[in-house]
Amino acid sequence: MPETHAETVLEFEDVLLQFPEGDRPALDGISFALSAGHSCVIMGAAGSGKTVLLKTAVGLLKPDAGRVHLFGEEITGMTEKELFHLRAKVGILFQEGGLFDSLTIEENVAYPLVNQPGAHYPPEEVHRRVVEALRLVELERTLDKFPSELSGGMRRRVGIARANVTEPPLVLYDSPTAGLDPITAHTIMGFIIKERDTKNTTTVMVTHRYQDGNLLAKYRYNQVTGRLERATSGAGAAGPPTRFMVLRQGKLVFEGTQQELEASADSYVRKFLRSVGG
Amino acid sequence: MLDFLKPPVLAFQEFFLLAGRAFRNIFRKPHYFDDISLQMDLIGVGSLPIVALTGFFTGAIMALQMSRALNQYGAASTVGQIVSISLVREMGPVLSALLVAGRNASGIASELGSMKVTEQIDAMRALGTDPIQKLVTPRLIAMCIVLPLLVVIADFIGMIGGYLVACPLLKLTTATQYWSSAWRALEYNDIAQGLLKPFVFAVVISLVGCFYGIRTTGGTQGVGLATTRAVVVSSVWIFVLTFFIGKLFVSL
Repeated sequence: MPETHAETVLEFEDVLLQFPEGDRPALDGISFALSAGHSCVIMGAAGSGKTVLLKTAVGLLKPDAGRVHLFGEEITGMTEKELFHLRAKVGILFQEGGLFDSLTIEENVAYPLVNQPGAHYPPEEVHRRVVEALRLVELERTLDKFPSELSGGMRRRVGIARANVTEPPLVLYDSPTAGLDPITAHTIMGFIIKERDTKNTTTVMVTHRYQDGNLLAKYRYNQVTGRLERATSGAGAAGPPTRFMVLRQGKLVFEGTQQELEASADSYVRKFLRSVGG
Repeated sequence: MLDFLKPPVLAFQEFFLLAGRAFRNIFRKPHYFDDISLQMDLIGVGSLPIVALTGFFTGAIMALQMSRALNQYGAASTVGQIVSISLVREMGPVLSALLVAGRNASGIASELGSMKVTEQIDAMRALGTDPIQKLVTPRLIAMCIVLPLLVVIADFIGMIGGYLVACPLLKLTTATQYWSSAWRALEYNDIAQGLLKPFVFAVVISLVGCFYGIRTTGGTQGVGLATTRAVVVSSVWIFVLTFFIGKLFVSL
């Protein structure tokens, strides 16, 4: 529920992060700012620091230098307990789904509703919200199943439902389509766009596929027809502004709009766009 | 030289930080009682048959092996005393702890390791739960409750094993003599030592298992490595600590 669209939701200031076992920084001088209601696509090859960047954004990893602001609060010096309150405003889909194998799908999706600080819902309300969240990804019939009984694509969809069940204003997706076939990947992207446009969330998506970024930037979910449609510049039909960023070996080598990305002369960026076929 | 020493020193420091946080969480909310009872069932009830079986044969073997030497000195009637003292002081706690380490330190490390590599631990932190509170502390509490109980059971069954060999089988002594010498031999010092050891071992087994599980890296291969390390390290520490605790009680 962003009051003003100018509000900065996430900001990195010259962030540096080095793992003890790494020979170069995983994040090297990253700076950017993301406004409420905007979408952001972060692209890069494997090992370029995409996942590290997302984990740093919510304080799961601490940078060695620089500052990270989440909802205007500086999180680098925060304790884990203080972070819990801020993380309650962020939904995350992990690369592998991050579903708990010992819990059913219902318990998995209900987890943030039951465990996040300040979230004390009665059981029937939790159940209602879980069913509603799963309905949005068309999996409301899998409540009693365990994650191991679902396919890879379905697990990602459950992950999307769990990330959005508390209706957080910011949602982070870590490679939501990695390792999936093109048809399932397209379906997953459809659900991400649907979540974004029905709840007006600020969305950050990490991916190595330009097609996914293209879909997020060019398509919107029409709540009246219930379908995805190409965003136009007409009133009410335009999707949220989308920024693109490209990471290379921990460094931000590009930041800008889709037009700027496609016009970029940088050989790494060009190779990226070409190899995945825009 | 310093680079060579850095990883083990760092690991030692991280272990004590984890231990400190796990102990501090015992007194902090939220408490996960369901997880504690689940772990007590897994560790305690799950290990009971194997611990009882090992205890039985330990007592039986001890009576068997001691029989010749005792007969030589005409001291066959003290077999109950020897079995009970060595079981309660040393064999019961150490052997039970080694079995539980093999069974549960590995189980804990592989479970937490798999959770780590599939990002479930990160997910837990992202969704408002402290993984140490939810995963480590319940295992620590459960292990500290059930391991001393398992040891008491193993000690008793071991004495029965010793009795069966000493009395009906080898006819070294009478039943009354066996049990009364076994009972009279035990002093408070022995019992205190026999109960302190499993408690300390429980702390070591659970925390070492959790420690290696939580710092797993590198996919499924990493999980295998963490499991092996957890068993080896906790077993070695059981031997080291039993010596020092024994030393402490001898000098008391």
